[in-house]
Amino acid sequence: MTESNTTDDQHAGEHEHHGAPKGIMRWVLTTNHKDIGTLYLLFAFAMFLLGGAMAMIIRAELFQPGLQLVEPNFFNQMTTVHGLIMVFGAVMPAFTGLANWMIPMMIGAPDMALPRMNNWSFWILPFAFTMLVASLFMEGGGPNFGWTFYAPLSTTYSPDSTALFVFAVHIMGISSIMGAINVIVTIVNLRAPGMNWMKLPLFVWTWLITAFLLIAVMPVLAGVVTMVLTDKYFGTSFFDAAGGGDPVMFQHIFWFFGHPEVYIMILPSFGIVSAIIPAFARKPLFGYASMVYATASIAGLSFIVWAHHMFTTGMPLFGELFFMYCTMLIAVPTGVKVFNWVATMWRGSMTFEVPMLFALAFVVLFTIGGFSGLMLAITPVDFQYHDTYFVVAHFHYVLVTGAIFSIFAAAYYWLPKWTGHMYHEGLAQAHFWCSLISVNVLFFPMHFLGLAGMPRRIPDYALQFADVNQIVSIGGFAFGVSQFIFLAVIIKAAKGGEKSPAKTWEGAEGLEWDVPSPAPYHTFETPPEIK
Amino acid sequence: MAEDMPLNLTKGVTEVSGRVYDLHMTIFYICCVIGFIVFGAMFYAIIKHRKSRGAVAANFHESTKIEILWTAIPLVILVGMAIPATSTLIAMENTDDADVTIQVTGSQWKWHYRYFEDDLEYFSVLATPRQQIDNKLEKSENYLLEVDRPLVIPINKKVRFLMTSDDVIHSWWVPEFAVKKDANPGFINEAWTNVPKPGIYRGQCAELCGKDHGFMPIVVIAKEQADYDQWMAEQKAEQAAVAEEEQRLLALQMSEQELMELGEQVYLASCAACHQPNGQGLPGMFPALRGSPMVLEDKVAHIDIVLHGKAGTAMPPFGKQLALKELAAVVTYERNAWGNDTGELIQASDIQSRRNASN
Ligand code: HEM
Ligand SMILES: [Cu+2]
Repeated sequence: MTESNTTDDQHAGEHEHHGAPKGIMRWVLTTNHKDIGTLYLLFAFAMFLLGGAMAMIIRAELFQPGLQLVEPNFFNQMTTVHGLIMVFGAVMPAFTGLANWMIPMMIGAPDMALPRMNNWSFWILPFAFTMLVASLFMEGGGPNFGWTFYAPLSTTYSPDSTALFVFAVHIMGISSIMGAINVIVTIVNLRAPGMNWMKLPLFVWTWLITAFLLIAVMPVLAGVVTMVLTDKYFGTSFFDAAGGGDPVMFQHIFWFFGHPEVYIMILPSFGIVSAIIPAFARKPLFGYASMVYATASIAGLSFIVWAHHMFTTGMPLFGELFFMYCTMLIAVPTGVKVFNWVATMWRGSMTFEVPMLFALAFVVLFTIGGFSGLMLAITPVDFQYHDTYFVVAHFHYVLVTGAIFSIFAAAYYWLPKWTGHMYHEGLAQAHFWCSLISVNVLFFPMHFLGLAGMPRRIPDYALQFADVNQIVSIGGFAFGVSQFIFLAVIIKAAKGGEKSPAKTWEGAEGLEWDVPSPAPYHTFETPPEIK
Repeated sequence: MAEDMPLNLTKGVTEVSGRVYDLHMTIFYICCVIGFIVFGAMFYAIIKHRKSRGAVAANFHESTKIEILWTAIPLVILVGMAIPATSTLIAMENTDDADVTIQVTGSQWKWHYRYFEDDLEYFSVLATPRQQIDNKLEKSENYLLEVDRPLVIPINKKVRFLMTSDDVIHSWWVPEFAVKKDANPGFINEAWTNVPKPGIYRGQCAELCGKDHGFMPIVVIAKEQADYDQWMAEQKAEQAAVAEEEQRLLALQMSEQELMELGEQVYLASCAACHQPNGQGLPGMFPALRGSPMVLEDKVAHIDIVLHGKAGTAMPPFGKQLALKELAAVVTYERNAWGNDTGELIQASDIQSRRNASN
């Protein structure tokens, strides 16, 4: 249906002719969406391993009751920085990396709309995370107040390094906003002729909506960290009752950012899975239009449900009921999405390459996370679940077996397009099965820990939780080790291997499959015609 | 059957906790049924509609009828869940007509209980010895879930709790009552329970409140009214005796050995968590006492900070929590341990005069 035109040799030559920098400076100065996409993805993977190492420390301490490895204060720093790194360092940059690589190729654009800004929005990230990690080595230690940094723990009782934490969060926010602006401008302005809104691939749609969420809520995060900064260092009292402030107001502002934020970390996954399942079922996506509407309504609802994170803070009954009903409503569009994916598989002609395996695991496990989310929405029961391991299980099902599994699926699906080589099938299968089994050993029993009464964020626990914690820790170590298989797959595919044709997968649809593999440095310099 | 599982939500002992449990199981079963249908369909497709079995892909990709149906059916199910949830919530939030009111104040890292109708208040802190936490002693049966002075309440009475905090946010949680409410500094939250049978009920702080968040248990003992009354009378008698003893103490001089021994005990129980057993503190978090100018030189400031704490920092006031004798001993200990050697002894009367001075 499309007419691609990529004459890679000619363009590569032209590029040299411009005197493009070689070696390290190519990466520092690059404005090419593919280079920047690669940088984001590599950075996200490095952060995934670093955050994972911290998780291993947490699970090692919790392997047995009693304190054996680390002090409680250091334990809190590990949980805090693990959360911050996974959210802002791993999941979000990985999605931005995928957006950079794929959005221009999917809409037939030569590059992102604002390439110089694109370079900046990536390169400020390593500084932010260096600052965050360096604070761990300061006197008094790094942030130890949870990734939600509730006041007044973070404003009054926090370590001296809090200023570093605040500046690091500011930089991450600026980076996200610049990335989001770039995505919006690219999608709105650079679509190939004929690519109207209802022809947009779902990954592009979900990212467009995500970008609007980012622009709406990142300033809220910037505001709240700034208030923490002035409360701690300049004597304001936004969150100090003695000075006329209110610590619960912190939570309202934080979660007004925080709830949309959790959707920022899942909407692009919906787009990825909606590309992969039809490809391997060899059947068009069921309900394209309702997928778009469902995504938009989830995004809309996400702004009016923030207080479901705060049922125990003492809201009026009316508030509790309002937030309970709105939260329950999210299950409807989420359900529509799941049903549509199942209907796409129904009467298809399915094969089970690794991207499909991850996508299928995503559908099942994300749905389990959705079920526990629905249970959490029921206010009177949430009083019991809140701040226990049940919540930890819930959000790891949506974030790890949801967001991260979809990122793995995307990586396997598009890796041949990026490198030109097929990945090693056996290793990739091993990565999938090891991850799938260990991740469930890791997170499933956490539901029971929470129901049995184990609070979250504690370094030591009562004896009745000992056995289950041991199982969970073993699952954790296994999951951690499994990720090195992924590293091996990537290195192998980057170095060589079976050549991939332009269209790697028989059932794959979309403009990105019209360009050769590996995708040449410049694509679509003249826009393709969409009929 | 499900309610006897150690790994499920507790059914608890109160009427409300029973309703919460039923609600939990209802939603859980509904999720199971939906999951069974959805995953069932998916696995059926995975098994039957695979290319290797010669399946040929159909080409349908839309059906407004079906899509409307699977928007509408979940909506109906949600309404079915929302009705019992709403009525349970209304019951939980109704704190009217309480028989007993108890103020619960959280601080790093202990609970303070004050009985409104009776003139009684006291602190409740973790009773598990440090050696058990450090794996030097075998762990007791209620490891980390035991306190020195549990909260005592009467059965079959509506007990209202008023939650607040002295520093950061804590959360008072007893699963068997289905009560979890945040204790916010500067504000008061309400919750209630009505326990039908005597027993010991355990819980924990459920909001990250700093370093010792994991060491802030809650123990509630529910007693028959007669036992409760007797307990209350005993507490009051004991308090009166302590007050009398304090008066007597004012005239008394304790010996250095006595002060240092008691002082060490109090220090390890109340101060060492932050200032560390060796008095060296945690740089950047908690100041060192060893070699501290205030400890070495300024006796008055030293007594005052122990009595009243320091606003805006993690240093809490101990004036109400500890007896005069204990305060005198711990200040003496801090001024003479770890090479601080000021040689000064602080007596109960010194503490009392600072207390009067600041009143
Ligand atoms: C069906 C959709 C969902 C529903 C109904 C839902 C509901 C909830 C509720 C009620 C809580 C608060 C639990 C508590 O603290 O008591 C919560 C927590 C959380 N959810 Fe979800 N959720 C859903 C999907 C997601 C998704 C897609 C993500 C992220 C990709 C996510 C990430 C989180 C996180 C990170 C927390 C923990 C926040 C904290 O630390 O307190 N959720 N969810
Ligand atoms: Cu606490």
